[in-house]
Amino acid sequence: MSNDVVICLSASSGYDRVAQGVAGAGRELADELGGSLCAVIVGAAADETVSGVAAVADAVIVADQPELADYQPESYLAAFEQTCRQLEPAAVLLGNDTVGLELTPRLAARLGGSPMSDGTGLRVVDGAIRVTRSAYGGKAEAVFELKRSPAVVWVRARGFEPAPPTGDGAAVERAALELPVAATRIVERHVEEQEGIPLDDARLVVGGGRGLGGAEPFDDLRSLAAVMKAAVGASRSACDEGWVPPSYQIGQTGKKIAPELYLAVAISGAAQHMLGVSDAKALCAINTDPEAPIFRNCHFGIVEDYRKVVPPLIERLRELKQ
Amino acid sequence: MASSGHTQRGDGGAKLNILVCVKQILDPDVPARDFRIDPERMEAIRGGASLVPNVFCENALETALQLRDATGGSVTALTFGTEEAEEVLRKALAMTADQAALVVRGDGPAPDALTVARVLAAAARTLGEFDVVMVGRESGDWGIGQTGGLLAEELGLPMVALVDQVTASGPGVSMRRQTDYGSDTVETTGSVLVTITNCEGNVPRIPKTRDVMKSYRKPLTTWQVGELGVDNGDTIAEIVELSIPGKEVACEFVEGDNLDEKVDAFARRIAEVMGAIG
Ligand SMILES: Cc1cc2nc3c(=O)[nH]c(=O)nc-3n(C[C@H](O)[C@H](O)[C@H](O)COP(=O)(O)OP(=O)(O)OC[C@H]3O[C@@H](n4cnc5c(N)ncnc54)[C@H](O)[C@@H]3O)c2cc1C
Ligand SMILES: Nc1ncnc2c1ncn2[C@@H]1O[C@H](COP(=O)(O)O)[C@@H](O)[C@H]1O
Repeated sequence: MSNDVVICLSASSGYDRVAQGVAGAGRELADELGGSLCAVIVGAAADETVSGVAAVADAVIVADQPELADYQPESYLAAFEQTCRQLEPAAVLLGNDTVGLELTPRLAARLGGSPMSDGTGLRVVDGAIRVTRSAYGGKAEAVFELKRSPAVVWVRARGFEPAPPTGDGAAVERAALELPVAATRIVERHVEEQEGIPLDDARLVVGGGRGLGGAEPFDDLRSLAAVMKAAVGASRSACDEGWVPPSYQIGQTGKKIAPELYLAVAISGAAQHMLGVSDAKALCAINTDPEAPIFRNCHFGIVEDYRKVVPPLIERLRELKQ
Repeated sequence: MASSGHTQRGDGGAKLNILVCVKQILDPDVPARDFRIDPERMEAIRGGASLVPNVFCENALETALQLRDATGGSVTALTFGTEEAEEVLRKALAMTADQAALVVRGDGPAPDALTVARVLAAAARTLGEFDVVMVGRESGDWGIGQTGGLLAEELGLPMVALVDQVTASGPGVSMRRQTDYGSDTVETTGSVLVTITNCEGNVPRIPKTRDVMKSYRKPLTTWQVGELGVDNGDTIAEIVELSIPGKEVACEFVEGDNLDEKVDAFARRIAEVMGAIG
């Protein structure tokens, strides 16, 4: 085993904020271990993706044979497994996207390592890798020491600074792999129509909860968001009611966002929801219940029925913008 | 685990045998202000809180029951826990699962995901052949979400994560999987393990009184973990620190003599941030 860190990226997301954060976490860990940072990119990678990664890593391996053009769980797993086996790293990092969530435990099992999820901090103590993460739906924070090597961890990527450029571009190698016949196949990809600003990297976010009482009030939130240039998200309850699609969900098991301001409308503020906004710079809320837990995390708030607040708020913000 | 043993439906599709792994956890709805930890045992103090089935396991059960109702076949609920965990199986049976199995562990700290996966795999093999194995995407206590993938590897099955709908398709199943950009349709012709996430369509049903009565006559097998012959010497992770982050902030409630004034004050605070961003 080496002291190196491998980051596993899929080509289709490009060198986006998640990939940048994974690379940033990887670089810090590699420095602590005294090893180098190697990136494995699987899929048909655009030139700018490869060059973006090569600027921050010490080595890049691209696996882009035709069978790997699009993400398929079994073949991508095999590709990461085979490349990691050759590199014998101390740690393998993935991002908090569907690919990372799906492949981490299986990749760890195949490499004989230890899987861990949702890492928000990584450090090395007496040679062992420790991962900080939240527990009990955000009510506690835990540090796990991983007992087998390699550590295979998906990290909450947006919480890590992007990796700094190395100054010289890493050598890019192409891998030729023997892939198994996949036992599952993604036969259709449904790309949801994006209305307004995407939630993931938004600087302002308005979230709606069960207290809205239906799908229509989300239109009012969209109008409010339009004035604010904000993205719209939701609590799990609102998603489960079918008022908005699952991609709106913010929280432990939804999106984890880090806006400058999060405005929660008719959301009680359960710990699992707050976990998704713990990196927000400021929080505020509209809620009829002054005792709602959300207010314990808010910088400012208004205790009122949202139906009375949202329409004049839109007007007022419009005026203030002028 | 090949789908060899199953019978045919009228329309040529197979009747599916489904295994659902259900975990009992400390009620995740305990409010943050009542939440305490035991620094010695490195876990939450139960206090007066109840133990409940993990919500994603219930979403998995619901998904499985809908699939069985559409195709025929059976749903088996499996849990590895203390004696008390029998309760989650009783609830699964009341939700109309066909049979259940409990693997009993000692009272010590909860075993890690690899041990759990090995025990569940051994129990699954003993229980028979399954076309679909379902687990929750993660549990509401530690939220690690690694058991499913480890179990898939133990059983040699392909896996699809973050599935919220499973329907019969030819000899296998078609799955809808939530993604960062929307959803995928994934198909398989053989056995598969899926991790289930929540959606509008798999909100767990509330057991009917009649089904609760019936559940007591349904088969529930109990094993002691030692009986399964699992070597659980290998751990993957040890909890070395556990703390409660203190992050409450003082909320400033906007003031004003009437609604207009309050909304104005609220709007100004928001506009400040908007202005700073530009
Ligand atoms: C393992 C696990 C994972 C979870 N993951 C997530 C997650 O990722 N994201 C998430 O959001 N939840 C998650 N949850 C669920 C979470 O625990 C809460 O149940 C959920 O967040 C509650 O949603 P809510 O605040 O919209 O609804 P409620 O708790 O019902 O709150 C509604 C609020 O609206 C207010 N209200 C009602 N009417 C009005 C009105 N007219 N005007 C203004 N206010 C009004 C009420 O005072 C109340 O505070 C998870 C739970 C578990 C167990
Ligand atoms: N002790 C257990 N008994 C049965 N199923 C379990 C157990 N632990 C985990 N699982 C399954 O694995 C899923 C993810 O749990 P975890 O990996 O602990 O977050 C759960 O939703 C269950 O379906």
